[in-house]
Amino acid sequence: MKLNLKIWRQKDAKSKGQMVDYPIKGVEGDMSFLEMLDVLNEELINKGEEPVEFDHDCREGICGTCSLQINGEPHGPDRLVTTCQLHMRKFKDGDTIVIEPFRASAFPVIKDLIVDRSAFDRIQQAGGYISVNTSGNTVDANAIPIDKHAADEAMDAATCIGCGACVAACKNASAMLFTSAKVSQFALLPQGQVEAVDRVQNMVRQMDLEGFGNCTNTGACEVECPKGISLENIARMNREYLSASLKG
Amino acid sequence: MSGLIKSSIARKVVMALSGLFLVFFLGQHFVINITSVIAPDTFNSWSHFMGYNPLVQYVLQPILIAGVVVHFVMGIALELKNTRARAVKYVKYSGGSNAPWISRNMIITGLVVLAFLGLHLYDFWVHEMVYKYIEGHPEDATRYHAETVEKFVPVWRTVLYVIAFVLLALHLLHGFASSFQTMGINNKYSSGIKTFTKIYAVAIPLGFVLIAIYHHLNPITH
Repeated sequence: MKLNLKIWRQKDAKSKGQMVDYPIKGVEGDMSFLEMLDVLNEELINKGEEPVEFDHDCREGICGTCSLQINGEPHGPDRLVTTCQLHMRKFKDGDTIVIEPFRASAFPVIKDLIVDRSAFDRIQQAGGYISVNTSGNTVDANAIPIDKHAADEAMDAATCIGCGACVAACKNASAMLFTSAKVSQFALLPQGQVEAVDRVQNMVRQMDLEGFGNCTNTGACEVECPKGISLENIARMNREYLSASLKG
Repeated sequence: MSGLIKSSIARKVVMALSGLFLVFFLGQHFVINITSVIAPDTFNSWSHFMGYNPLVQYVLQPILIAGVVVHFVMGIALELKNTRARAVKYVKYSGGSNAPWISRNMIITGLVVLAFLGLHLYDFWVHEMVYKYIEGHPEDATRYHAETVEKFVPVWRTVLYVIAFVLLALHLLHGFASSFQTMGINNKYSSGIKTFTKIYAVAIPLGFVLIAIYHHLNPITH
C-alpha cells in the first residue's frame, strides 16, 4: 500500500509548526497505525532526518498514551479503538492521511505530535481519589455491599484511560467527558460519598482553570471516545455539581 | 458564590434555564398569534390585554427582556471561551463525522434569530411604544389584527420571517433537549424529551411560518 502522509512537524513548544508531506510505500494492512509511523521513522533516520515524535506506550489500547488526530478525528476513523489499535486495513492504497496533534489550548504541543496532557493530571489531583486509611486496618472493599447496576456504571466510568480524545473531538475543546468519568466512578460508590461535595467542586474548578471550553452537548466526545464513555456521566457530574453548590 | 458565577457548569445551567423560559414564551406567543388567523376578534382582545395589563407590561415584559438578554450575553461569553480553548485550529477537522451540524452551529442559528428579533421588535414593540407613549394615542382594542396583517404585505419581510423561523427550528432542535442534559437529566425520560423536542421544534416555527404566509396572501383590502 502506498500512502501520502501529511504530518504536523514542530521543533519545540515555542517554534511555529507546519504540515510536511511524507510519501510512504510498503505499508501492510496488518500494521497498526503506530507501526506504520515506526516504518516512516526508520526511513527518516536512515536518510539522516529527524524522526517524527509521537506518544506511545503499551500499544494494547489500555494506557491512554497514544493520541493523534487522524484525518480530522481523534484516534482515526475507527470506533472504540485507540490509535495503537487502529490498523492500516482501514485505509486504501493511494490515500492521503492528515496527522495532527490533539489541539487544545490546555494541551500545548511539546514537539511534533506530542502534546502536554498534564492538565488532566491536575484535574485528577484536585479530587479524583478517595481517602483510605492504609495504616494496617484497611477495610476490605468487598465488605460493603454495592448495587450491581451502580457497580457496573462505576466500572464503565472507570474505563476512561484519560487519552484526551474527548477534548480533541469537541469543537469547544471541553474536558467535561473526562472530568465527569472521574467524578462518576466515585459518585456511584459508597466509598466516594465522604468527599463527594468537595470532589466535584474542586475538579470542575480545576477543569475551568486549565482553560478547557464548555460542553455544548454535541456528543462528539462520546462518539470518539475509545472506551465508549457515555454522556450520562456529564449529566451526573452536573447533578453532583449543582447539588454540591446548594449544600455549600 | 464568585466561584459558582465563574463556573462553566453554572453558566451552562443559566443558558439552559433561560432557553427553556424562552421556549415556553414561544409556545404562548404562538397560541396568541394563531388566533390572528382563526379568530381576529380574539386576537384583538388578547393583544389589547397584553398591551395594557400592568402585570404583563411592568412585570412579565421586563422578565422576558431579561431572559433574552441573559441567554444572548451568556451564549456569547461561552462561545468566546470556547474559541479561546482551541487557539490553534486543526488543518483538517471532521466535525460532521461525530456530531450533527445543528449542534455544532448553535452560535450561527442563535445570531440569526437574534438579528430577526431586532427586526421583530422594531416592527411591533417599537411601533407599540411610539403609538402609546410618544404619539399618545387613546386605547383602541380593534387595531391589532389589521396592523399585524399589514406588516406581512411586503414580500421581503415575509421571506425574512420564514428564514428566521427555519433557523429558529434548527436552534430548538438541539437546544431544547440539550438544556435537560445540561441540568443533569439523562435518564429513562430522555428519549421522550428528544421526541417532544423534535415535534415542538418543527411544529411551532412551522406554525409561525404558515401564519406569516397566510397574512401575506390574505391582505386586508379597504
